[in-house]
Parts: sequence; C-alpha cells; structure tokens
Amino acid sequence: MGRIVLVAGVSRYLGGRFARRLVAEPGVSRVIGVDVVPPPHDIGEAEFVRADIRNPVIAKVIARAAVDTVVHMNVIATPTSAGGRVSMKEINVIGTMQLLAACQKAPGVQRLVVKSTAGVYGSSPRDPAMFTEETGAKVLPHTGWGKDSVEVEGYVRGFSRRRPDVDVVQLRFANIIGPGIRTALTDYLSLPVLPTVLGFDPRFQLLHEDDSLEALRLATIGDATGVVNVAGDGVLLLSQAARMMGRPTVPVPGATTGAVGQVLRRLGRVDFTGEQLRFLSYGRVVDTTRMRTVLGFEPRYTTREAFSDFVRGRRLFGPLSADLVEQLERLALAGVGRVRSMAGSDG
Amino acid sequence: MTKAQARRQVAAAARRAGGAGGDTPGRRHRTTPLLADLEPAAPPPTADAPLADAPAADVPTADVPPPDAPVTDPGAPQAPQAPQASEASPASEAPQAPKAPAPRVRAARATATRKRPVVRTAAAPSGPASPRVRVGASRRTSGGERLMAVADDAPPTDGPADAPPSGSGDGHGLDRRIAGALAFVRRRLTGDYTVDEFGFDPDLTDNVLLNLFRPLYKRWFRVEVRGIENIPASGGALIVANHGGAVAFDALMTQIAVHDEHPQHRHLRMLGADLVFSTPVLSELARKGGATLAGNADAERLLQGGQLVGVWPEGFKGIGKPFSERYKLQRFGRGGFVSAALRTGTPIIPCAIVGAEETYPIIGDMPAVARVLGLPYAPITPTWPLLGLFGLIPLPSKWLIEFGAPLPTDELGAKAADDPMVVFDLTDQVRQTIQQTLYSLLVQRRSVFF
Repeated sequence: MGRIVLVAGVSRYLGGRFARRLVAEPGVSRVIGVDVVPPPHDIGEAEFVRADIRNPVIAKVIARAAVDTVVHMNVIATPTSAGGRVSMKEINVIGTMQLLAACQKAPGVQRLVVKSTAGVYGSSPRDPAMFTEETGAKVLPHTGWGKDSVEVEGYVRGFSRRRPDVDVVQLRFANIIGPGIRTALTDYLSLPVLPTVLGFDPRFQLLHEDDSLEALRLATIGDATGVVNVAGDGVLLLSQAARMMGRPTVPVPGATTGAVGQVLRRLGRVDFTGEQLRFLSYGRVVDTTRMRTVLGFEPRYTTREAFSDFVRGRRLFGPLSADLVEQLERLALAGVGRVRSMAGSDG
Repeated sequence: MTKAQARRQVAAAARRAGGAGGDTPGRRHRTTPLLADLEPAAPPPTADAPLADAPAADVPTADVPPPDAPVTDPGAPQAPQAPQASEASPASEAPQAPKAPAPRVRAARATATRKRPVVRTAAAPSGPASPRVRVGASRRTSGGERLMAVADDAPPTDGPADAPPSGSGDGHGLDRRIAGALAFVRRRLTGDYTVDEFGFDPDLTDNVLLNLFRPLYKRWFRVEVRGIENIPASGGALIVANHGGAVAFDALMTQIAVHDEHPQHRHLRMLGADLVFSTPVLSELARKGGATLAGNADAERLLQGGQLVGVWPEGFKGIGKPFSERYKLQRFGRGGFVSAALRTGTPIIPCAIVGAEETYPIIGDMPAVARVLGLPYAPITPTWPLLGLFGLIPLPSKWLIEFGAPLPTDELGAKAADDPMVVFDLTDQVRQTIQQTLYSLLVQRRSVFF
C-alpha cells in the first residue's frame, strides 16, 4: 500500500507533468489531481477531480480518498493566467487557507509539500549576495506573486505549528525554465529585443523544469522537512543571457522602466510588475546547501545548461549567433594577418 | 633611532596630519592586557623582544628553536608563555606539508613607532641563513628563494609590477595580443564567460576594469606598495584599511596593488556600502569588479571560500571627512569585520593607505545638496565645484600602501565572535595598528606630491 497523493494545481503545466510522473513512482499507489479546470494535457493514470481549493469541498476530497500526502502547487505566478490580479490573489491566499484548513481536519494527512518561490526573498540592493533559508528579505516583496508567496508561507508555518505531526516541506524554487514551461521570465526572454534597466545587470539562477519535477518528487516521497532553496548551479547575468541568445538589449533609464513595463503589459507580451522590475535590477541568488544536505537533490542542469536548453527548445536565436561571431572573429584574424604580412613585405 | 626620537617624530606627523592630541603616544597603547593574553601572536605593546609566532620546522639556524623545544632566544628576553601556546599545532604539520602556508617568524618590532620589521627574509627551506637574520619558510611557494629585505629606511621594496609582456618586440607578441583581444570580444559577444554568485567577472576585471585604472595607479598616484608578502598566497584573509578622499579611489588602488604586486595576482574582493549597489552603472561595475555588499553574510561567505576580502570600516565617515582631519581614523563601525574574521578563522591584515586624502581635499560640505541627491555628503574641494568638471580630476598625490603583519584569529575560535569584549579589543588593535602605520608612513613620505 503506497502513498495516496493529492496534487493541487494539476491543470497547469508543471502540475500535470508532476502528476504523470508520480503515477510511475513505485511508492505511490494513487494520485489525485485537483483543479478548477480539466487538465489540457494528459495526466496519465492520475485521477482528476474537479474542485476549487477555495471551496471547503476540498476537505471532502481529502477525507474520501484517505489522502496522506498533499502537494500544493496551486500558487499562481502571473495575473494573466488567473484572469486578473484579484482572482490570482484569491486563488493564492484564500485557496491556500482552505487547503490547509482541509489538511488540518484530515487526520490521515502526514506530509505536506508546498511549491514556493525564491521570490519571497525579494530583490534589493541591501540584500546579501546569496539568500540562505534563514535570511529574511530586507525589503519584502509588496506586489504580486512574491507577496502572495510570503503570505502562503506564513499560513503554512501556522499550519505546521497546529499540526506538528505533519511533515511540512516548502521548496523555494529559483526561476524555472525549460522548453515547455511558460513563466513571466520566459515571456520576457522571448522578446525580440530585451529591455533592461539602465546601469544594472542582475544575477540570477535558473532551474530546469525537469529538475524542478525531480526536486518535487524527492520532497514528496522523501523525508526532508523544512524550507529548502532549489536552484541550478552557477549564475548568469542578464546581459550574458541576452548575448548567449544573440539578442540585442535596450537599456531603459530607471525612472521610465515603470512606463515601459506598462506599455509592454498592455501589448500583452510580458508581465512587468514592480517585483519583476526589481528582479531585473538587482537579481537574486539563493544558497543551495540545504538542497543537497536536506533534500538530497543534485540538479542535472546548471543554470547555464538550463538556459541553453530553453533557448534551443524555443529556437530563440537572435541575429548575433555564436557561429556568426566566431566567423567574424576568423575573418578579422585573417584580415589582420593579411595587413601585417603586407606591412612586413613593405618594410 | 631611539624610542624617544621616534615618538617625537610620530607626534610631529600626527600634528602635520591634522590630528588633534587624541592619539598622543600616551594613549596609543590602548590594546588591553586581556587581548595580549588571548592572542599570543599579537605583538605585546611594550615588548621589544623578538616574538616568534611559531618556529619554522626546517630552518637550520640556531636562531629558531626546533619545533618541540621551548623557545630559547639568546638574543632577547622571552615573551611570556604566549609563543609556546601557538607553536604546537602548526609546527607538527610543517614538515609533512612544506608547501602549505608555513608559520612565519616575525622580527623584532619597534613598537613605539610601529615601524616595519627591521629585516624580514623569506629563504628557501634549506638555504643558509645568517644567525643575525630571522628566517622563516616563505608563505609563497614560488618565491621561496626570493629574498625580501625591508630595511628601515631602505627604498620601497620594488616598483609597480611590470606590465604584461609588451608586444613591441617581435611580431608574434602583437599577433598574440590581437588574437587575445579578438577572443575576448568574442567571449563577451557570445556570453562565454562565467561570473560567480557575487557577480564577480574575472574575465572583464582582468582585461578591462583593472586596465582602466592602471594608468592612474602607475603614473598619476605612483603607488608604492610595502608588505605585500604579508598577504598569503592562498586562503582567506581580511584586509582592513583606512578610507579617505571623497571618492573611494583607495579601494580601487588597493585592488590593483594586490593584483599587480602579489606573486599570485590575487583578486581583492571588496565590501561596499549599499549605496554603491543601488546606484546605476556603479552597481553593475562594482559587482563585476568583485565587490559585494558589506555585511557579515557576504564577508563570511567570501572568507570561507578562501577569498581575499578588503574592507574599509570607516565607510562614508572616512571618505567624507574634512581635509583637516586627514589620516585620523574615524570610528570603525560595529566591528562586524572582526566577527566575520573570527567566525571564519581568517587572519586580519591591517593596511595603511597614504595619499588618498590629498586627492580631493574636502574643505566644505553641502548638506542640502547631499540631502536632495540622497548622498551621505556633497563635498567642496578647492577645485570642485569651482572649476566645474575639471574639479573632478584628482590631485596627483604620492601614494604609499603598506600591508601590515597578519593578526591571526583562528586560535581565538569562532565563539569569540560572540564575545563583544574580544571583538572590540581586536577592532581597537587593528585600528591602532593602522593609525600608527599611517603616522610612520607620513613621516617617510617626502612630500604630498613626490
């Protein structure tokens, strides 16, 4: 008799892939996916239950199926995917409260896995270069996903106080990237010309989507508890990423970034919130010691490899590709050689 | 030079430097007895005796005792109990690992003036050494046989390091340089370089950033570096220096000094104020140049990673102080840098920088302007803002940078970082050492500009 796992947020890209993956897991006998809309993609053997986590019905689902492990992946990152900021906030905050209330009532629940984000650390010039799990944000994120995630983590902490018998693990993921997933960052990086904040070159870490699923799997079937940062090794600078794609960047003076961001948002291209702009100014890097020691997870992709895979998968090659640059270098070298041999024969 | 003479000279230097009577010789030795007990390697304020940090196991002369024997120094009275305590552990490792940083033997120190050690040599482990000269196995593996004698009034150790091989000679050099430059451009255009978690970009720093400021270092300020051998060849160390001169040129010059003069060409990882990291352009360049936010988290992480970290604990109080207070050390913060060194067990290297204060003599402040611009101060110098942009050219003062003997912190233990008494005492000791070295360097500098 294996675990009975409930995955909240199964109709979203990662949730669906995760449910499909869990089914194949030997220690798991049953996977129940919950979401408000039916999954647009195949979730394999996993059972889909149409339920809103904002509704107390979720408690019945948990009780009837005798769920022992709950994986909460239903914190939404972008307002566009939730139909506006108001409903996004409601799904994130009220949904989490209801789900946790249901878990608290269910004596069978033994494990709770929450997919959180490194966004809870915010981004500011006063933060240390790397955030450990104990580091508090110097400037708390006060908009969007980051703020919601801070609140969600607060409720989860409250839950673990009230139900000390439940093992709680919260994974704070760095920006997840890959050929399939769509996030605010992938939207941004897909722009033909990347607007950047003038005079800033943020550092960031990435996590490949496959690695994020593996980390979630380990958190679900393993026995790690507590808060764990999850990110790929190494960091990239935004300018570096743009050059790896061969795409031009346009520095935008700090004072006008808000306006530019709003225009881009209107055009429906990118989700440019204040939080996103701060991230694009100051960047964010997390310490992943606990990921190795507590979770026992070793990412297969480094930040650079994850990014390359994303660029390859989406075919995001700009005009100034690496091949072209190499050719130019060869041409320049040959030209210099010719000029010098001519000068040499003259003298 | 007798002690009294030296003292008079230092006092004169202090007066010349605009120092009030605050740091007269009487108050100078505020290093408390508590510290002398706790930290054997720290030179006791009054001891004129040579102090052996730890004997080098393979030195053949009679001057340094064998590792297991008690210290017997015929030349001088013995410093009580301290050396024995420190010698046991390093000595036992020394023979097996001759390449590891060997314990130094420090020469007698005229503590009244805190002049540089009279003679310090780094000899090859088997090389002969005269009995009059204190010998220690070199910290550097490559420079084992290089002799480095720094006499009291000898000319500075050596000039700025030679530039990378100049391609003026044969055509191959030029070809290689062109190819190198093109490869650099290609790496930059394709993003083919790595930065560390702090945003440090060694490729850019070595090929661009340091080159930008090297003319300033060599031609404009003509920086002279002393005591570079006090910086270990590898492993973490914390360089603590004085700050001055409106713009933090001293940090940049120290970075170049460490990179160019040190045989291992180490990079100095500087700790900067948060204002640096919220300022556009500056923030980007600072991170790429190896700086990070001044704070215990970053300092400890860098030191733990075996990096060479530079800190200017006076901060804006130091660079924003008026010219009349030049070379008078301001408050050293809360001693955060000391607790970072204690927690990581890394040595503290006091560093005195002379010359920075005269680059922009601050004769006034415009607090209203500073408030509007959100700056800690808005200086007025004789040329700024009077001469407009020309006022931004720093005066070509003559610079001396001296790295002092490292103060080991590992035997105090990481727990000492939570003992405010130890932290304050060590902070004070570092501060006093820098202040004394500043005075003695000021005495030696012939004039402000030469």
